[in-house]
Amino acid sequence: MLQSDGSMFQSKMSIGQKLLHLHWLFVVLLVLTACIGFAMLYSAAGGNFDPWASRQMVRFGIGLFAMIVVALTDIRLWLRYAYAFYFIMLVMLVAVEVAGFVGMGAQRWISLGIFNVQPSEFMKAALVIALARYFHGGSIEDVGRVTYLFPPILMVAAPAVLILRQPDLGTTLMIGLASLAMFFAAGVRMWKFVVLGVLGLISAPVAWFTLLRDYQKQRILTFINPESDTLGSGYHIIQSKIALGSGGLFGKGFMLGTQSHLNFLPEKQTDFIFTMLAEELGLVGGLVLISLYVLLLAYGLAISLSSRNHFGRLVGIGVTVTFFLYIFINIAMVMGLIPVVGVPLPLVSYGGTAMLTILFGFGLLLCVHIHRDVTIGRRDGGDEM
Amino acid sequence: MHRDSERHKLFSRRALMLGAGQGVLMSALVGRMYYLQVIEAERYKTLADENRINFRLLAPPRGPIVDRVGAAMADNQQNYRVVIVPEQAGDVERTLSLLSLIVPLSAGERRRILREVKRKRAFVPITVRENLDWSDVARIEVNTPDLPGVLIDVGQSRHYTFGPETAHVLGYVAAVSEKELTGDPLLELPGFRIGKAGVERVYDMALRGAGGSSQVEVNALGRVIRELDRQEGQPGAEVRLTVDLQLQRFVMDRLGDESAAAVVVDVNTGEVLSLVSTPSFDPNDFNTGLSQAEWESLVSNPKSPLTNKAISGQYAPGSTFKMAVALAGLEKGVITSDTHVFCNGKIKLGNSTFHCWKHGGHGSVDLQASLEQSCDVFFYEVARRTGIERIAAMARRLGFGTPLGLDLPGEKSGLVPSNKWKKKAIGTSWQLGETLISGIGQGYILTTPLQLAIMTARLANGGRAVIPRMTKDVVTEDEVTPYPPTQYESLGLIPEHLALVLGGMERVVNSPTGTAFRSRIKEDTQRMAGKTGTVQVRRITKAERETRVLKNSELPWKERDHAIFVGFAPLDKPRFAVSVVVEHGGGGSSTAAPIARDILEEVQRLVPLIPNTSDREA
Repeated sequence: MLQSDGSMFQSKMSIGQKLLHLHWLFVVLLVLTACIGFAMLYSAAGGNFDPWASRQMVRFGIGLFAMIVVALTDIRLWLRYAYAFYFIMLVMLVAVEVAGFVGMGAQRWISLGIFNVQPSEFMKAALVIALARYFHGGSIEDVGRVTYLFPPILMVAAPAVLILRQPDLGTTLMIGLASLAMFFAAGVRMWKFVVLGVLGLISAPVAWFTLLRDYQKQRILTFINPESDTLGSGYHIIQSKIALGSGGLFGKGFMLGTQSHLNFLPEKQTDFIFTMLAEELGLVGGLVLISLYVLLLAYGLAISLSSRNHFGRLVGIGVTVTFFLYIFINIAMVMGLIPVVGVPLPLVSYGGTAMLTILFGFGLLLCVHIHRDVTIGRRDGGDEM
Repeated sequence: MHRDSERHKLFSRRALMLGAGQGVLMSALVGRMYYLQVIEAERYKTLADENRINFRLLAPPRGPIVDRVGAAMADNQQNYRVVIVPEQAGDVERTLSLLSLIVPLSAGERRRILREVKRKRAFVPITVRENLDWSDVARIEVNTPDLPGVLIDVGQSRHYTFGPETAHVLGYVAAVSEKELTGDPLLELPGFRIGKAGVERVYDMALRGAGGSSQVEVNALGRVIRELDRQEGQPGAEVRLTVDLQLQRFVMDRLGDESAAAVVVDVNTGEVLSLVSTPSFDPNDFNTGLSQAEWESLVSNPKSPLTNKAISGQYAPGSTFKMAVALAGLEKGVITSDTHVFCNGKIKLGNSTFHCWKHGGHGSVDLQASLEQSCDVFFYEVARRTGIERIAAMARRLGFGTPLGLDLPGEKSGLVPSNKWKKKAIGTSWQLGETLISGIGQGYILTTPLQLAIMTARLANGGRAVIPRMTKDVVTEDEVTPYPPTQYESLGLIPEHLALVLGGMERVVNSPTGTAFRSRIKEDTQRMAGKTGTVQVRRITKAERETRVLKNSELPWKERDHAIFVGFAPLDKPRFAVSVVVEHGGGGSSTAAPIARDILEEVQRLVPLIPNTSDREA
């Protein structure tokens, strides 16, 4: 009965009211973060808006608009079409796989006429929604049953295998870890994670010899001993640490980074942008950016906790964890804590697809926030497809 | 709703745990940042500002090339050079000006260096000058404080023990051109050389090896303070050739100043024991760099020293082609061992007259006698009866008309003419007169000295399709493995036909009336067989023929005949085949045959003394 009240309340909300309910503080925080990104791209180009900063601004503007549109949609729409969205993405992944055979090497892109999309990026969002929907429909007892977990495991495994074959270890890792977090939040028993952990340890050697490509193995070996590959990725990590460490407490000053500007740093506008920021703005600058991220993550968690429907909670936690993984993997990589994995720094690194994925995710998060008081029954929308 | 609230509680608990986990990991990042930027900051600042870790590629030593018994043909020698590292030099132009006070640099050299500075990565040293002598090295070392980024480098340069003798086989190495850069950092190393011709080019990847790296700490002046780490590369593989260096030198010496080519092959294995083209050049000069004048004299020399005539020179085979014609005729059944033709010195066909080389004619001759005395009229007749298509087919079986797949670059295919070819290439149909001319190996037909040697080998080994090769081992980028014993396929020649032709070849050299009797080998166990060829390169006019055909010595060099000889030895168990082509050398019997004899004597003296793993009883 509450649920119909909720729906009544919800359907009465106009666009204007929804805009009023938008989490504006969150939006301000992410715009601030993006501005740091623009500044660093401006510096990376040696004090020019071209070629990176200006384009990044345009993309961010478009993405921000898309985010607000997503935020204003009815959350039940996402619940209803969760699986459809997921399947479309899955089909596109298969298409990339097929096109990849025709094309050459690692193909992750699919051309849609005027623009190219990278289905593996959007798959991150689609999987979050699909898993949220699945667990939304399950009681505590359901989640406790092992058999109940087979369908969602399959839902994760299918895209994970396809993306691993592209081959894109970073995205596979992110999808896997984000899904694991969602399983965890959905209430899957603790001992199962322990069992999974043990199985993982046992199967790691198997994966080493069968699944991983040579260059992926090389990266892990390089991580263990960076000096073993002083000209390849080991070189990048050593140079990244020198640049970062030499920044010190306050940095060398905006646009004054010697190591980044002398081209010791690879990809300074994309994956290694945090290094440049830390070299130029020091520990203080790095901490400001990390604080902004922490605030965004905290608000994300708060939004997810405050939702009165399970679907919203799960979407919220999924988006938040994914965002966290981007940040953590990227920063840990440039500081030499984990092997080199091609993951961009969200909202800051130059690049369109990752930016779009993140803003789409935030759109969903804000949508959850606006519809936090909507309650949706377990069966609602669950059996319509 | 009770259920949902329980679910909510569980979710909240779990979500907060996830949040806490994220908090811990974020703290770890902050901790790591603190460690790098505060605790270790000084160390990294030092590394960044004054000392830089410099990564240097270590060029792998290029693999040596040795002959069939392991004698060095190409190896490496030390070479001092001065390099400049742009990143450490700062103002490269200023530094170069200072350096040119010690080592004078031309404007052109400076332009080249500055161009390379722009093109290469800042930490890649760029060669300023190579092959420095000791006094230059010492003066640069003393002035190092005033020459930031200038370093003395000890490199290795390629050295060919017997430059001109082996140039056409080994080829040479030279600096990497801009077009050849593939992104492999090795190729950007100063002084790095890659194979540009010959064996050096064919087996470049194997000879090259894999680069190592050295991680060194250098100060602001670019002086190396210490080496932090060193990864040795993989030295290039040794490539062992089938060539016998002593034989190669002998043949080279024997050909002397002639514009000539000679090829010696093992008739059973196809191993090339010697492959010589004269005149030659010194590949060591290519390594250090040729002056403009030296280069122009090489290019403009009418005897074309840069061309490997043994595989790229294409010559009409002349009378050495008669074996192919004879086999084609025997196979078609238009002649037998008893077929006689009367030679009166010429044969008429329509309005044309085809002359025999012997003015008065040979009288009545059979196949073996015609081979022995190289009667042209007999073979005009055989060719007429056999037809061009059959002759062409036999020529291809014996190895003419296509490259044989020798592992050296630049092998030419020669030309085996046929009706189809002529229509396509010239546009008119084949004339019978052209068949007659082809019968004595003149006209359109072209062969390389290598093909001539292989044809001879295929006859001498009993009609097996032997293929030539330069190396004792199968050499790939990754490994070097000995050639497995190969049994070459039969060409399907009828043994009696082959015996007839080989008998004719025996008589050429060993019969008192043979064209090469003066060049016979008298040692009984080493006797040879062969065939002479004299290829006319000018047209003898009717007027000249009516008065007196000019002797070669009366003609300008370019109009003299090519002298050819093909042969094999020993007679009872053939093992070596040789071909000799002397451009404008005169007669096959007077010029080419004595050379071939000396070579066959020498190879029989040298090679059987040597333990040879791939020698099997044939």
